[in-house]
Amino acid sequence: MKNKGEIYRISGPVVIISGLNTKMYDVVKVGTEGLMGEVIGIEGDKSTVQVYEETSGLKPGEPVENTGMSLSVELGPGLLESIYDGIQRPLPVLKDSMGDFIKRGVSANGLSREKEWDFVPMVKKGDKVNGGDIIGTVQETQNIEQRILVPPNVSGTISDIKKGKFKVDAVICTLDNGKELMMMQKWPVRKPRPVAKKMTPNTPLITGQRILDGLFPVAKGGTAAIPGPFGSGKTVTQQQLAKWSDTEIVVYIGCGERGNEMADVLHEFPEIKDPKTGRPLMERTVLIANTSNMPVAAREASVYTGITIAEYYRDMGYDVSLMADSTSRWAEAMREISSRLEEMPGEEGYPAYLAARLSEFYERAGKVKALCGKEGSITVIGAVSPPGGDFSEPITQNTLRIVKVFWALDAKLAQRRHFPSINWLNSYSLYTKALGPWYDEHVSPDWVKLRNDSMELLQKESELQEIVQLVGSDALPEDQQLTLEIARMIREYFLQQNAYHEVDTFCPMDKQYKLLKAITSWGDKAQSALEGGAEIAEIMKSSTKDDLAKVKYEVEFDKALGVILKNMDEEFARLRGK
Amino acid sequence: MTKEYKTINQISGPLIFVEKTEPVGYNELVNITLPDGTTKRGQVLDTSNEIVVVQVFEGTGGLNKECGVRFTGETIKLPVSKDLLGRILSGAGEPLDGGPRIVPEDRIDITGAAINPYARLPPKDFIQTGISTIDGMNTLVRGQKLPIFSGSGLPHNEIALQIARQARVRGSNEPFAVVFAAMGITNEESQYFMRDFERTGALERAVVFLNLADDPAVERLITPRLALTAAEYLAYEHDMHVLVILTDITNYCEALRQMGAAREEVPGRRGYPGYMYTDLASLYERAGVIKGRKGSVTQFSILSMPGDDITHPIPDLSGYITEGQIVISRELHRKGIYPPVNVLPSLSRLMNSGIGATRTREDHKAVSDQLYAAYAEGKDLRGLVAIVGKDALSDRDRKFLEFADMFEDRFVRQGEDENRDIETTLSIGWDLLAELPETQLTRIDNKYIDKYHPAHKAEKKE
Repeated sequence: MKNKGEIYRISGPVVIISGLNTKMYDVVKVGTEGLMGEVIGIEGDKSTVQVYEETSGLKPGEPVENTGMSLSVELGPGLLESIYDGIQRPLPVLKDSMGDFIKRGVSANGLSREKEWDFVPMVKKGDKVNGGDIIGTVQETQNIEQRILVPPNVSGTISDIKKGKFKVDAVICTLDNGKELMMMQKWPVRKPRPVAKKMTPNTPLITGQRILDGLFPVAKGGTAAIPGPFGSGKTVTQQQLAKWSDTEIVVYIGCGERGNEMADVLHEFPEIKDPKTGRPLMERTVLIANTSNMPVAAREASVYTGITIAEYYRDMGYDVSLMADSTSRWAEAMREISSRLEEMPGEEGYPAYLAARLSEFYERAGKVKALCGKEGSITVIGAVSPPGGDFSEPITQNTLRIVKVFWALDAKLAQRRHFPSINWLNSYSLYTKALGPWYDEHVSPDWVKLRNDSMELLQKESELQEIVQLVGSDALPEDQQLTLEIARMIREYFLQQNAYHEVDTFCPMDKQYKLLKAITSWGDKAQSALEGGAEIAEIMKSSTKDDLAKVKYEVEFDKALGVILKNMDEEFARLRGK
Repeated sequence: MTKEYKTINQISGPLIFVEKTEPVGYNELVNITLPDGTTKRGQVLDTSNEIVVVQVFEGTGGLNKECGVRFTGETIKLPVSKDLLGRILSGAGEPLDGGPRIVPEDRIDITGAAINPYARLPPKDFIQTGISTIDGMNTLVRGQKLPIFSGSGLPHNEIALQIARQARVRGSNEPFAVVFAAMGITNEESQYFMRDFERTGALERAVVFLNLADDPAVERLITPRLALTAAEYLAYEHDMHVLVILTDITNYCEALRQMGAAREEVPGRRGYPGYMYTDLASLYERAGVIKGRKGSVTQFSILSMPGDDITHPIPDLSGYITEGQIVISRELHRKGIYPPVNVLPSLSRLMNSGIGATRTREDHKAVSDQLYAAYAEGKDLRGLVAIVGKDALSDRDRKFLEFADMFEDRFVRQGEDENRDIETTLSIGWDLLAELPETQLTRIDNKYIDKYHPAHKAEKKE
């Protein structure tokens, strides 16, 4: 097999090489600088390669070498707290080796070869192990124990196993068939890691965001999409999810987004404490940052790199959440490369295989029984940036055909600083039913009813608003005026949430329930007071109503709410007395 | 001396196709000599063993198959030195002011490498522009890229100049510079800019690149890159805080589309190339602050929205890259309000990190949110009044309606030379909010109401 060839033609990130024997998706080293690329097409003795680095100055005739490997990531201890580019090169290592700007021709290992990890074996000599089995553990960060797995396609009987401090590429276990295992394994990013069985998601992902947990929950192992025009708060929502989701591991992919935003994440995450463990959030996070001006082919690869890392932790039996911001930039990278290849375009210039790629990606989410027997899950939350905020465009539409939860961001809400600006009328979640039993058990038996009543009220409000637009609110009957007021309270006091407020940024399930309950109970009391003959103008002056507006910001929420509820009873008793 | 080829096989629009060359590098700079001895420059777009495609910056007028083509073996570079300050250069980097050529300290590739996100410092230094709608509600910070989305016939140039004149980081005397790049603007507009730079003495600390409407469109593809290269050089090598004004991004994108069409590429939305997002990102992303370096690059670009349509691909893709946008409103302009900034669709994504107790004032965010919410409500009510008349409104609604008018008249409107500091801006905001019932100020914490609300302030004095 010939594994040396030369460059034939260069056009942007696409390079055509000749005289090299290749397979599809082989990784090749292009030019004298050895730029990393991947074979994406073969014709005659020529192969088409997408290059992950800047191609300026490359010349026809420069040598190309085939590594014979597919694009793979390194999996093992040291993934957590890392910050990678789209092809798993650690950004701090790149900074050390080439300075503040990303130059090219530098390769860097995904996992440090220097650091030693304390390996504790869980199997002994003579044990039979199969692919995916746990052979030992490493304390990766203070609260996360990495379970070292047998690579999926390997099995045998253990003839030797070690204990103690090792580097990731040291042999720690030998099988009777001569196979040697290290703490690190490699896996091709475009191929899903195998599982024993896929299961149905039935626990909610708790995010601490009232509109998400309360109205449109996503299940652990589920899929959700956040489409929205620019400036509607996609990134803030994604970051809130990355910060507060109750999964053990978070993989955050900044795919084709802003450098300053990534810098913000990189500075903020190490400082924020996990509400459950009190440790920095960074200790459970893997960040992948491929900003919009970094090479487009690496952007295309970044989502695959991210989901493969997520699968690895899932296989250990962890709940993982993965945020991809934004899948539109990923799709655009596909379009850009497709157009360089002069492929026949589908809708709006996107390649015809767009829908297939999107569904393949989202299908890698799910709750599973892993090969080791433990249960794990990956929840995928993808941001979509529809051009002009128009949800009928191909990426939004193809995504909605796959995902189960739709959080529709709304520019109008964002303009009036209603955050999170998720439209409660257009959004939906298909998990509400499956999650019902969980809420009955863990929140309250009346939670589902409370939520449905609130949704109904909001729906009613939008109908009434149409009339108000024509005749003004004073022309409505008094009970409908009250309905509008209660709906407004749900919107402003419950749905609005300030991501930058230290207390309000995270709202536990229990607090959500109490807050919504308090608002609706004010509504019920007001309703019955009105029926009992109280003046609507008097009811509207209620001071406990104003108190409810700010109770969510209280550090001692339960105490403050208790006072309000007590005052509320007294206030309505007075109203009824009049 | 590099080899000269006389093997042009085809000329098509701004492109020439050269045959039978030695290996030529992608993106290499090309010199073309015409039969009459004049020279033009170009850049390699596609290279293979058989044919090399070159885009010619000064246009292909006068070219024929007899022209000589030389490949320089290097990518396009800008000669830089501190003497760039005060100079006026063409869109291709040649002196236009009659001065000498720049004696370079260094020659820098104009493509510019991406800043490693890990090396970036999140921008957070508040820049006071003296314009209330920006400082108060869409705060600009150092290292940000915040474009003006405008339309034809609107006073975006005046606003850009006012910002260039007034923008300061408070309490700082650090050296700063302006880099101005004109892409396809008219001679008249450019004169307007130049006069203002001269009048205010800003030219001494400015670098100007001019590609005017009648200059070749292809040249527009390199003008902003030259400007940003100069800016990065001044920022990162000479510790200056650089404000880059690019005008007009729309002309740049038109040139990009023209090139795409000439290369017979598969077009994306409205005929713009599919890679326009990546291409624009390679300009906008060259703003920022780097750890351990003193200077910074802040971008304030002007973009005129074709047909005032914010969903047009140019503003749309820009909005997904930039850290917000300042939207100019034709409606306010017609009402005679300057600067006609419509705050509702405007946004500064980095505002939250640039404001607050230590940077501006503790109540800044609350005041801004409350102004937004109240103005949005007032504007909605205008629609209602048009149908049912003012009399059908409740007292509360009437207050909000009046608030919207006062907001436009007192907060938005200001003079072209009026430089309001942030305290003035916030106190105008409070005066307006004081016209609303206090119970309606739900976005503001009670402690700030006690401290800053004019009614409470007055009480305390008594």
